[in-house]
Amino acid sequence: MPCLDVRDGEVVKGVRFRDHRVVGGILELAARYRDAGADELVFYDITASPQGRTVDRTWIARVARVLDIPFCVAGGIRSVADAEAVLGAGAEKVSVNSPALEDPELIDRLSERFGSQCVVVGIDSQTVGEDYRVQQYTGDVRRTRDGGRRTLEWVLEAQARGAGEIVLNCMASDGVRRGYDIEQLAAVRRVCRVPLVASGGAGDMQHFAQVFTLAGVDAALAASVFHSGEIKIGALKRELRANGIEVRP
Amino acid sequence: MTSSSGTATADTDAVIVESGGANVASLGFALERLGARVTVSADPGRIAAATHVLLPGVGAAADAMRRLRARGLDRLLPELTQPVLGICLGMQLLFDGSEEGAGGATTCLGILPGRVERLRPAGDLPVPHMGWNQVASLRDAPLLRDLGALPYAYFVHSYAAPPGPATDAVCDYGGRFSACVSAGNFHGVQFHPERSAAVSARLLGNFLKLRTQPERACA
Repeated sequence: MPCLDVRDGEVVKGVRFRDHRVVGGILELAARYRDAGADELVFYDITASPQGRTVDRTWIARVARVLDIPFCVAGGIRSVADAEAVLGAGAEKVSVNSPALEDPELIDRLSERFGSQCVVVGIDSQTVGEDYRVQQYTGDVRRTRDGGRRTLEWVLEAQARGAGEIVLNCMASDGVRRGYDIEQLAAVRRVCRVPLVASGGAGDMQHFAQVFTLAGVDAALAASVFHSGEIKIGALKRELRANGIEVRP
Repeated sequence: MTSSSGTATADTDAVIVESGGANVASLGFALERLGARVTVSADPGRIAAATHVLLPGVGAAADAMRRLRARGLDRLLPELTQPVLGICLGMQLLFDGSEEGAGGATTCLGILPGRVERLRPAGDLPVPHMGWNQVASLRDAPLLRDLGALPYAYFVHSYAAPPGPATDAVCDYGGRFSACVSAGNFHGVQFHPERSAAVSARLLGNFLKLRTQPERACA
């Protein structure tokens, strides 16, 4: 599941949430991943929440026009009306992160209106001592702060409120390509009864195989290794199948 | 984007029934990629005049039926003689009823026999059933032509129709349920044909190739 961080209409990628550089156009990358056999795409407007504005939606319908696989849009979705516009433009799912921390009932309202299958809760989590804690406003390093919650408790609350999927981004691993945070993901898996998507840290194909077999996640998200072409989706799927993991060809 | 399979002819006039669901845009784009003319409408006259009718749906059965009734579409849809395709919730609405809704009983369109039930997968699998899963044909059906053996399609649902007389293909998610159904000119798919990669263009292309039969065949 390639993840495309969108800033000002272009796809960018940072390392540990900093120093973003442009990797390409939205439509060009969307079409490339569609043709390569990606199962789903996630678009994060990483500037939306820190700037207190809503995601610029003009590109969503253009993406929907070229994609024949599902895609999810995240970034500054703070209301049912925001979500309606994004879903109406052709996205399958909306993902809420910082706005859900500010207003947890947003998850209830979204799942009541659109069904929990449309509502993804994205969680940026940081290891703090022996614990995992939720971070907020991670799109802008100057504004990133502790979200005031323990990660496991927030996972439980989010699914009780109607989240249909959890994307757990382990911040310490993000962009550094040393593998997913298996320990943290396995801890979340034990309490998470909805689909769980791993994010942050993929560097080679074995990292993907490990996160499926050791942490039991339902999907794995990555950015750098796909954008750079270092890992080809077709080869990755063959590798996963060779490891006994069921994937769509 | 061009497609080698199932390019619609110029006289295709597909109407997507405006049902308040969220997947209308992506379905429209998928049909346009196949060369079809697409209109989104809740107007009974417009729907009746279409060459192909698509009934999408995301949300809850009771809510969707209320919306159809408000427009008189609960009476129109079962009378249609052109090819009709129900998608996801839209497929579930073709059945007699659904367990979804207050009191566990929503009366649906009654076009296909049977009742939609909540997914209760074995093995503690999460509900909603969300993601890619394989579709297994039980019999020949025009929509399933050239899809290959056990194609993967994209599913997002919490309710499903148990296999029954209308079932053309099933999917297994801790138990089998109807993935594709048909009876006469009425067709339905539980998965999302607009978001199922290669299956999308094939299946929707197959649907657009269907033509209104002068008499509704019972075969």
